[in-house]
Amino acid sequence: MDDIDVLLTTPIFWVLISLMAFEIGIWINKKAKISLLNPLLIAIILVILILTFLNIDLETYNQGGQIISFFLGPATVALAVPLYKNRALLKTNGIPILAGITVGSFVSILSVILLSKLFDIEHILGLSLVPKSITTPIGIEVSKQIGGIPEITVAAIVMTGITGAIIAKLVFKVLRLKDSVAIGVAIGTSAHALGTGEAIKMGEVEGAMSGLSIGIAGLVTVILAPLVIRMLSYF
Amino acid sequence: MKWIRQIIILLLMVVLGEILNKVFKIPIPGNIMGMILMLLALQTGLVKLDQVEGISKFLLNHLAILFIPAGVGLLAVTGMLKESWHILVFIAVVTTILVMVMTAYVVHALRRWMT
Repeated sequence: MDDIDVLLTTPIFWVLISLMAFEIGIWINKKAKISLLNPLLIAIILVILILTFLNIDLETYNQGGQIISFFLGPATVALAVPLYKNRALLKTNGIPILAGITVGSFVSILSVILLSKLFDIEHILGLSLVPKSITTPIGIEVSKQIGGIPEITVAAIVMTGITGAIIAKLVFKVLRLKDSVAIGVAIGTSAHALGTGEAIKMGEVEGAMSGLSIGIAGLVTVILAPLVIRMLSYF
Repeated sequence: MKWIRQIIILLLMVVLGEILNKVFKIPIPGNIMGMILMLLALQTGLVKLDQVEGISKFLLNHLAILFIPAGVGLLAVTGMLKESWHILVFIAVVTTILVMVMTAYVVHALRRWMT
Protein backbone atom coordinates (compact mmCIF):
# COMPACT_ATOMS: atom_id res chain seq x y z
CA MET A 1 0.00 0.00 0.00
CA ASP A 2 2.84 2.36 0.87
CA ASP A 3 4.31 2.02 -2.59
CA ILE A 4 1.01 3.13 -4.09
CA ASP A 5 0.93 6.15 -1.77
CA VAL A 6 4.42 7.15 -2.85
CA LEU A 7 3.34 6.98 -6.47
CA LEU A 8 0.14 8.96 -5.84
CA THR A 9 2.04 11.76 -4.13
CA THR A 10 4.76 12.02 -6.77
CA PRO A 11 4.27 15.29 -8.68
CA ILE A 12 5.35 13.83 -12.00
CA PHE A 13 2.64 11.15 -11.74
CA TRP A 14 0.00 13.90 -11.90
CA VAL A 15 1.73 15.53 -14.85
CA LEU A 16 1.53 12.16 -16.57
CA ILE A 17 -2.15 11.72 -15.68
CA SER A 18 -2.97 15.23 -16.92
CA LEU A 19 -1.24 14.72 -20.27
CA MET A 20 -2.82 11.30 -20.73
CA ALA A 21 -6.24 12.73 -19.90
CA PHE A 22 -5.71 15.36 -22.59
CA GLU A 23 -4.64 12.73 -25.14
CA ILE A 24 -7.82 10.78 -24.34
CA GLY A 25 -9.71 14.06 -24.78
CA ILE A 26 -8.23 14.57 -28.23
CA TRP A 27 -9.03 10.98 -29.15
CA ILE A 28 -12.67 11.24 -28.03
CA ASN A 29 -13.01 14.62 -29.74
CA LYS A 30 -11.73 13.19 -33.03
CA LYS A 31 -13.86 10.05 -32.86
CA ALA A 32 -17.07 11.78 -31.82
CA LYS A 33 -16.60 14.88 -34.02
CA ILE A 34 -18.71 16.88 -31.57
CA SER A 35 -17.07 20.17 -30.66
CA LEU A 36 -18.84 20.21 -27.29
CA LEU A 37 -16.54 17.32 -26.36
CA ASN A 38 -13.62 19.72 -26.09
CA PRO A 39 -10.31 17.94 -25.26
CA LEU A 40 -9.56 20.30 -22.36
CA LEU A 41 -13.05 19.88 -20.91
CA ILE A 42 -12.70 16.09 -21.09
CA ALA A 43 -9.21 16.24 -19.55
CA ILE A 44 -10.40 18.37 -16.62
CA ILE A 45 -13.38 16.09 -15.95
CA LEU A 46 -11.21 12.95 -16.17
CA VAL A 47 -8.60 14.33 -13.75
CA ILE A 48 -11.28 15.49 -11.29
CA LEU A 49 -12.91 12.03 -11.45
CA ILE A 50 -9.56 10.33 -10.82
CA LEU A 51 -8.75 12.62 -7.89
CA THR A 52 -12.17 12.07 -6.35
CA PHE A 53 -12.04 8.31 -6.90
CA LEU A 54 -8.54 7.95 -5.39
CA ASN A 55 -9.36 10.47 -2.65
CA ILE A 56 -6.39 12.71 -3.51
CA ASP A 57 -6.57 16.32 -2.36
CA LEU A 58 -6.03 19.27 -4.66
CA GLU A 59 -2.80 20.26 -2.94
CA THR A 60 -1.18 16.93 -3.84
CA TYR A 61 -2.36 17.22 -7.44
CA ASN A 62 -1.08 20.77 -7.71
CA GLN A 63 2.46 19.65 -6.88
CA GLY A 64 2.38 18.22 -10.38
CA GLY A 65 -0.16 20.68 -11.75
CA GLN A 66 2.09 23.65 -11.17
CA ILE A 67 4.72 22.05 -13.38
CA ILE A 68 2.22 22.33 -16.23
CA SER A 69 0.93 25.78 -15.22
CA PHE A 70 4.52 27.01 -15.16
CA PHE A 71 4.54 27.06 -18.96
CA LEU A 72 1.71 29.62 -19.06
CA GLY A 73 4.28 32.37 -18.49
CA PRO A 74 6.55 31.49 -21.41
CA ALA A 75 3.47 30.78 -23.56
CA THR A 76 2.11 34.27 -22.91
CA VAL A 77 5.47 35.76 -23.91
CA ALA A 78 5.42 33.56 -27.02
CA LEU A 79 2.25 35.35 -28.14
CA ALA A 80 4.52 38.25 -29.12
CA VAL A 81 5.84 36.19 -32.05
CA PRO A 82 2.66 35.92 -34.17
CA LEU A 83 1.93 39.49 -33.19
CA TYR A 84 5.29 40.67 -34.51
CA LYS A 85 4.82 38.73 -37.74
CA ASN A 86 1.50 40.51 -38.31
CA ARG A 87 2.55 43.97 -37.17
CA ALA A 88 1.65 45.50 -40.54
CA LEU A 89 -2.00 44.53 -39.99
CA LEU A 90 -1.93 46.11 -36.56
CA LYS A 91 -0.63 49.37 -37.95
CA THR A 92 -3.31 49.67 -40.63
CA ASN A 93 -6.14 48.48 -38.37
CA GLY A 94 -5.22 50.06 -35.05
CA ILE A 95 -8.45 51.98 -34.51
CA PRO A 96 -10.93 49.20 -35.40
CA ILE A 97 -8.97 46.75 -33.26
CA LEU A 98 -8.77 49.01 -30.21
CA ALA A 99 -12.40 50.10 -30.55
CA GLY A 100 -13.55 46.49 -30.88
CA ILE A 101 -11.63 45.35 -27.82
CA THR A 102 -12.89 48.29 -25.74
CA VAL A 103 -16.53 47.76 -26.72
CA GLY A 104 -16.18 43.99 -26.22
CA SER A 105 -14.66 44.36 -22.75
CA PHE A 106 -17.35 46.86 -21.77
CA VAL A 107 -20.12 44.55 -23.00
CA SER A 108 -18.51 41.69 -21.08
CA ILE A 109 -18.45 43.53 -17.74
CA LEU A 110 -21.89 45.05 -18.23
CA SER A 111 -23.63 41.87 -19.34
CA VAL A 112 -22.14 39.82 -16.50
CA ILE A 113 -23.33 42.32 -13.88
CA LEU A 114 -26.79 42.73 -15.40
CA LEU A 115 -27.36 38.98 -15.72
CA SER A 116 -26.07 38.43 -12.18
CA LYS A 117 -28.62 40.97 -10.96
CA LEU A 118 -31.36 39.48 -13.11
CA PHE A 119 -30.79 35.97 -11.70
CA ASP A 120 -30.24 37.41 -8.26
CA ILE A 121 -27.06 35.44 -7.62
CA GLU A 122 -24.90 36.23 -4.62
CA HIS A 123 -23.14 39.56 -4.99
CA ILE A 124 -19.67 38.11 -4.40
CA LEU A 125 -20.23 35.42 -7.06
CA GLY A 126 -21.32 38.00 -9.60
CA LEU A 127 -18.24 40.10 -8.90
CA SER A 128 -16.05 37.01 -9.30
CA LEU A 129 -17.46 36.53 -12.80
CA VAL A 130 -16.72 40.07 -14.01
CA PRO A 131 -13.13 39.42 -15.23
CA LYS A 132 -14.02 36.05 -16.78
CA SER A 133 -13.08 36.95 -20.35
CA ILE A 134 -9.51 38.01 -19.65
CA THR A 135 -6.27 36.16 -19.11
CA THR A 136 -5.81 34.40 -15.76
CA PRO A 137 -2.98 36.51 -14.22
CA ILE A 138 -4.82 39.79 -14.87
CA GLY A 139 -8.22 38.26 -14.05
CA ILE A 140 -7.07 37.23 -10.58
CA GLU A 141 -5.86 40.77 -9.86
CA VAL A 142 -9.11 42.37 -11.07
CA SER A 143 -11.12 39.88 -9.01
CA LYS A 144 -9.24 40.79 -5.83
CA GLN A 145 -9.53 44.47 -6.55
CA ILE A 146 -13.32 44.48 -6.99
CA GLY A 147 -13.97 42.07 -4.13
CA GLY A 148 -14.51 38.75 -5.91
CA ILE A 149 -13.20 35.29 -5.01
CA PRO A 150 -10.08 34.56 -7.14
CA GLU A 151 -10.68 30.76 -7.20
CA ILE A 152 -14.15 31.25 -8.67
CA THR A 153 -12.78 33.78 -11.14
CA VAL A 154 -10.21 31.22 -12.36
CA ALA A 155 -12.96 28.62 -12.78
CA ALA A 156 -15.07 31.15 -14.70
CA ILE A 157 -12.09 32.09 -16.88
CA VAL A 158 -11.49 28.46 -17.84
CA MET A 159 -15.21 27.91 -18.44
CA THR A 160 -15.33 31.00 -20.65
CA GLY A 161 -12.24 29.95 -22.59
CA ILE A 162 -13.64 26.49 -23.27
CA THR A 163 -16.97 28.01 -24.33
CA GLY A 164 -15.19 30.37 -26.71
CA ALA A 165 -13.09 27.59 -28.18
CA ILE A 166 -16.15 25.40 -28.71
CA ILE A 167 -18.49 27.98 -30.24
CA ALA A 168 -16.11 30.26 -32.22
CA LYS A 169 -16.38 28.37 -35.50
CA LEU A 170 -20.16 28.12 -35.28
CA VAL A 171 -20.62 31.79 -34.34
CA PHE A 172 -18.69 33.09 -37.35
CA LYS A 173 -20.39 30.59 -39.63
CA VAL A 174 -23.79 31.86 -38.49
CA LEU A 175 -22.65 35.48 -38.82
CA ARG A 176 -21.19 34.60 -42.25
CA LEU A 177 -18.13 36.59 -41.27
CA LYS A 178 -14.85 35.93 -43.05
CA ASP A 179 -12.93 38.98 -41.79
CA SER A 180 -9.83 37.35 -40.25
CA VAL A 181 -8.92 40.44 -38.24
CA ALA A 182 -12.42 40.80 -36.76
CA ILE A 183 -12.60 37.07 -35.98
CA GLY A 184 -9.22 37.08 -34.24
CA VAL A 185 -9.93 40.16 -32.14
CA ALA A 186 -13.36 38.82 -31.19
CA ILE A 187 -11.97 35.47 -30.03
CA GLY A 188 -9.12 36.99 -28.02
CA THR A 189 -11.38 39.57 -26.37
CA SER A 190 -14.09 37.08 -25.42
CA ALA A 191 -12.07 33.95 -24.66
CA HIS A 192 -8.42 34.92 -23.92
CA ALA A 193 -5.60 32.40 -24.49
CA LEU A 194 -7.90 29.37 -24.56
CA GLY A 195 -9.90 30.78 -27.44
CA THR A 196 -6.64 31.86 -29.06
CA GLY A 197 -5.61 28.21 -29.30
CA GLU A 198 -8.63 27.77 -31.56
CA ALA A 199 -7.95 31.01 -33.45
CA ILE A 200 -4.41 29.81 -34.25
CA LYS A 201 -5.93 26.74 -35.87
CA MET A 202 -8.12 28.97 -38.09
CA GLY A 203 -5.15 30.88 -39.48
CA GLU A 204 -2.10 32.95 -38.66
CA VAL A 205 -3.88 36.32 -38.84
CA GLU A 206 -6.70 35.06 -36.61
CA GLY A 207 -4.17 33.71 -34.14
CA ALA A 208 -2.06 36.87 -34.09
CA MET A 209 -5.05 39.18 -33.65
CA SER A 210 -6.48 36.97 -30.95
CA GLY A 211 -3.14 36.87 -29.11
CA LEU A 212 -2.83 40.64 -29.30
CA SER A 213 -6.34 41.13 -27.95
CA ILE A 214 -5.67 39.07 -24.81
CA GLY A 215 -3.27 41.63 -23.39
CA ILE A 216 -5.23 44.70 -24.46
CA ALA A 217 -8.59 43.32 -23.26
CA GLY A 218 -6.92 42.56 -19.93
CA LEU A 219 -5.63 46.09 -19.54
CA VAL A 220 -8.93 47.66 -20.67
CA THR A 221 -10.81 45.50 -18.16
CA VAL A 222 -8.49 46.56 -15.33
CA ILE A 223 -9.59 50.15 -16.00
CA LEU A 224 -13.26 49.58 -16.91
CA ALA A 225 -14.34 46.98 -14.33
CA PRO A 226 -14.23 49.24 -11.23
CA LEU A 227 -15.82 52.10 -13.18
CA VAL A 228 -18.75 50.05 -14.49
CA ILE A 229 -19.34 48.49 -11.07
CA ARG A 230 -19.44 51.89 -9.42
CA MET A 231 -21.69 53.28 -12.14
CA LEU A 232 -24.20 50.44 -11.81
CA SER A 233 -24.46 50.50 -8.07
CA TYR A 234 -25.11 54.24 -8.19
CA PHE A 235 -28.03 54.00 -10.58
CA MET B 1 21.93 23.98 -29.10
CA LYS B 2 19.31 26.13 -30.77
CA TRP B 3 16.50 24.95 -28.49
CA ILE B 4 18.34 25.88 -25.32
CA ARG B 5 18.94 29.39 -26.60
CA GLN B 6 15.27 29.75 -27.57
CA ILE B 7 14.20 28.66 -24.10
CA ILE B 8 16.67 31.06 -22.50
CA ILE B 9 15.35 34.04 -24.48
CA LEU B 10 11.75 33.19 -23.60
CA LEU B 11 12.46 32.68 -19.89
CA LEU B 12 14.57 35.84 -19.80
CA MET B 13 11.56 37.86 -20.98
CA VAL B 14 9.32 36.23 -18.36
CA VAL B 15 11.83 37.08 -15.62
CA LEU B 16 12.37 40.64 -16.84
CA GLY B 17 8.59 41.08 -16.97
CA GLU B 18 8.29 39.81 -13.40
CA ILE B 19 11.01 42.19 -12.26
CA LEU B 20 9.24 45.16 -13.86
CA ASN B 21 6.00 44.10 -12.18
CA LYS B 22 7.31 43.17 -8.73
CA VAL B 23 10.36 45.39 -8.25
CA PHE B 24 9.35 48.46 -10.23
CA LYS B 25 5.65 48.04 -9.33
CA ILE B 26 4.36 48.44 -12.87
CA PRO B 27 0.69 47.37 -12.53
CA ILE B 28 0.76 45.00 -15.50
CA PRO B 29 1.16 41.25 -14.78
CA GLY B 30 4.70 39.97 -15.38
CA ASN B 31 3.64 37.61 -18.19
CA ILE B 32 1.99 40.38 -20.18
CA MET B 33 4.94 42.67 -19.46
CA GLY B 34 7.20 39.91 -20.82
CA MET B 35 5.10 39.71 -23.96
CA ILE B 36 5.49 43.47 -24.48
CA LEU B 37 9.26 43.19 -23.89
CA MET B 38 9.51 40.35 -26.40
CA LEU B 39 7.65 42.44 -28.95
CA LEU B 40 10.03 45.35 -28.37
CA ALA B 41 13.05 43.03 -28.63
CA LEU B 42 11.80 41.70 -31.99
CA GLN B 43 10.91 45.16 -33.23
CA THR B 44 14.35 46.57 -32.41
CA GLY B 45 16.15 43.54 -33.85
CA LEU B 46 17.63 42.65 -30.47
CA VAL B 47 16.04 39.24 -30.88
CA LYS B 48 15.71 37.72 -34.35
CA LEU B 49 12.49 35.97 -35.33
CA ASP B 50 14.20 32.61 -35.98
CA GLN B 51 15.74 32.71 -32.50
CA VAL B 52 12.32 32.28 -30.87
CA GLU B 53 9.94 31.07 -33.56
CA GLY B 54 10.32 27.32 -32.97
CA ILE B 55 9.70 27.28 -29.24
CA SER B 56 6.87 29.81 -29.55
CA LYS B 57 5.08 27.73 -32.12
CA PHE B 58 5.41 24.67 -29.92
CA LEU B 59 3.99 26.41 -26.84
CA LEU B 60 1.15 28.14 -28.71
CA ASN B 61 0.10 24.90 -30.37
CA HIS B 62 -0.32 23.32 -26.94
CA LEU B 63 -1.97 26.19 -25.08
CA ALA B 64 -5.04 24.24 -23.99
CA ILE B 65 -3.01 21.65 -22.06
CA LEU B 66 -1.56 24.40 -19.87
CA PHE B 67 -5.04 25.15 -18.50
CA ILE B 68 -5.72 21.66 -17.13
CA PRO B 69 -4.51 22.48 -13.57
CA ALA B 70 -6.54 25.73 -13.49
CA GLY B 71 -9.63 23.77 -14.52
CA VAL B 72 -9.03 21.04 -11.96
CA GLY B 73 -8.75 23.85 -9.38
CA LEU B 74 -12.53 24.03 -9.70
CA LEU B 75 -12.52 21.33 -7.01
CA ALA B 76 -11.55 23.98 -4.47
CA VAL B 77 -14.77 25.93 -4.91
CA THR B 78 -17.38 23.23 -5.51
CA GLY B 79 -18.83 23.85 -2.04
CA MET B 80 -19.52 27.50 -2.81
CA LEU B 81 -21.05 26.71 -6.20
CA LYS B 82 -23.36 23.88 -5.17
CA GLU B 83 -26.59 25.85 -5.54
CA SER B 84 -25.84 28.30 -8.31
CA TRP B 85 -23.39 26.55 -10.63
CA HIS B 86 -25.89 26.11 -13.45
CA ILE B 87 -26.76 29.82 -13.42
CA LEU B 88 -23.07 30.74 -13.45
CA VAL B 89 -22.41 28.41 -16.38
CA PHE B 90 -25.39 29.91 -18.20
CA ILE B 91 -24.14 33.46 -17.61
CA ALA B 92 -20.61 32.51 -18.70
CA VAL B 93 -21.81 30.91 -21.95
CA VAL B 94 -24.30 33.65 -22.89
CA THR B 95 -21.97 36.56 -22.19
CA THR B 96 -19.07 34.90 -24.02
CA ILE B 97 -21.16 34.58 -27.17
CA LEU B 98 -22.45 38.14 -26.77
CA VAL B 99 -18.94 39.59 -26.38
CA MET B 100 -17.63 37.57 -29.33
CA VAL B 101 -20.41 38.76 -31.63
CA MET B 102 -20.28 42.41 -30.52
CA THR B 103 -16.48 42.64 -30.81
CA ALA B 104 -16.43 41.01 -34.24
CA TYR B 105 -19.21 43.30 -35.42
CA VAL B 106 -17.48 46.52 -34.23
CA VAL B 107 -14.09 45.58 -35.72
CA HIS B 108 -15.61 44.46 -39.02
CA ALA B 109 -17.88 47.51 -39.36
CA LEU B 110 -15.08 49.98 -38.59
CA ARG B 111 -12.70 48.25 -40.99
CA ARG B 112 -15.23 48.51 -43.80
CA TRP B 113 -16.12 52.08 -42.92
CA MET B 114 -12.48 53.20 -42.88
CA THR B 115 -11.54 51.78 -46.27
